[in-house]
Amino acid sequence: MILQVQGVTKRFGGLQALTQVTFDLPEGQILGLIGPNGAGKTTLFNVIDGVYTPEEGRVIFQGEDVTGKKPYYLARKGLARTHQIVRPLNELSVRENVMVGACFGHANANLKQAAQAADEVLEFVGLASKADQLAGSLNVAQKKRLELARAIAAQPKLLLLDEVLAGLNPSEIARMVETVRAIRDRGITIIMIEHVMSAIMNVSDRILVLDFGKLIAEGTPEEIAQNEKVIHAYLGDPKLAERLMQGE
Amino acid sequence: MSKRIQQHASLWLSLGAVLLIGIWPMLTGNALDRETAFTVLRAVALASSLNILLGYTGYVSFGHVVFYGLGGYVGFYLISERGWSLWLAILAGGLAAGLLAYLLGLAILRLRGAYFALATIGVNEAVRAFINNFEPFGGPTGMTLNFKIYKLYGGPANALQLSFYIILGLTLLVILVSYWVRTSKFGLGLLAIREDEDAAEVMGVVAPNAKTWAYVLSAVIPGMVGALVFFKNGTIEPGLAFPLNTSIVMIVMIMLGGQGTVLGPILGAAGYETMRDFLLVSPLFKNLQLAISGVLLLIIVLFIPRGLVGWLRQRYPKVRRLLI
Repeated sequence: MILQVQGVTKRFGGLQALTQVTFDLPEGQILGLIGPNGAGKTTLFNVIDGVYTPEEGRVIFQGEDVTGKKPYYLARKGLARTHQIVRPLNELSVRENVMVGACFGHANANLKQAAQAADEVLEFVGLASKADQLAGSLNVAQKKRLELARAIAAQPKLLLLDEVLAGLNPSEIARMVETVRAIRDRGITIIMIEHVMSAIMNVSDRILVLDFGKLIAEGTPEEIAQNEKVIHAYLGDPKLAERLMQGE
Repeated sequence: MSKRIQQHASLWLSLGAVLLIGIWPMLTGNALDRETAFTVLRAVALASSLNILLGYTGYVSFGHVVFYGLGGYVGFYLISERGWSLWLAILAGGLAAGLLAYLLGLAILRLRGAYFALATIGVNEAVRAFINNFEPFGGPTGMTLNFKIYKLYGGPANALQLSFYIILGLTLLVILVSYWVRTSKFGLGLLAIREDEDAAEVMGVVAPNAKTWAYVLSAVIPGMVGALVFFKNGTIEPGLAFPLNTSIVMIVMIMLGGQGTVLGPILGAAGYETMRDFLLVSPLFKNLQLAISGVLLLIIVLFIPRGLVGWLRQRYPKVRRLLI
């Protein structure tokens, strides 16, 4: 198990953002995380990567209890993530952005190695031609790819992807899904939050469903698509779920 | 490889600019020119030091003069009361400033933005108030150097000449440090913190450590400069050692030349000092020079927020690699 989340509870004042969330993640899988808006998906990411400390429960990453550790500790240990709302380092070049990931993440590269790694990764995500531009000058789709490039350059063991498909057009989505698969094939375990159902149903080995901060279902994409609770809470129309499974 | 040469070009450009200021009075042989150059070099050293914190890390310190003042007091006390040599006193001044920055860093660097800036003003005023009441340092009247001490350095005239070489050396040292930080992995982490500290931490930058060391690096040389300046001055008192407006002028210089670049603070400091000299001797403006620096800051922030070098980088992308 690369990651174990055990009974995690997170409150913001009176708001119960996560309640007793428990799951295990074996190495090499793509785990989909779905749920309605406000279900606590991003909060769960923030608890896993150390931005928030949970009130109860433990997060165990690569066999070590990392509950309450700082984000940089987890990053160095092999965790990387992208943000739902992109956070480029605007006044640095695209290459320098990726070098930050390579230098300070699990890869722990020196500047020379980082520059090399950055060029490779930028090629991989299709941003090579933008390497010398300032990150602030990219459009949203490119910034999403940059977030991904920074995360991959860190050579993480576990990658958290927070809505990398949101705001992309269908052809961009198809490219990004291919990219995510290619990352998994490099041996990186992935958890991805996504609202684009056809994509997540296609790409995930297993799916977790959160609703009001509780885990309401867990299983293969087929099981999730037919789960009564999930259909009621999220998918709404049972026929819709079937159509999504056809994958348009 | 040509990229590497270009990167170094920026270092040579910066060192060359400082050397130019240093060589000019040696060529003219005029003591007055030498004193002018001393003031300019002092400004370059202070502004370039603060730039490590303000320009690279994005933390605005309004009280940076506290390190200059503390270094000055520690150095002065050791020379005057303890009979230390100038060299050791300069080192001690730098160490004292660095130590204060380290301790402060643990306490106030967790504050962000305006809160940090306010805290630095508070620290400057607190240290000034403390020294005002600290008898070993002479309290509010300060200390005066016994002129016999200059005899150890070949008399007052030679001591002034020696001071000039030392400030030139210290300024070149600041440029080297500033350039090293700007082009190192450590510096990349600082730039990441400047752009988005939370995102930087998520990418693995150990922000608390990086910020503390940036703060220490930005404090040590002002401490050494302080020790030198007050040795040369022959007298020290709280008002001279901790003037808040010097902190503000340092910021104006950095903004004028271009924050976050190696060359910017050099050009900004030299440009500002030249302007100030001109204003001080002109009967019309001599009482208005601080007001003018305020207006200047306003104009920079409104129209060229990246300063001269930043503007050049933006306007001419080809020189971007040359001017870092």
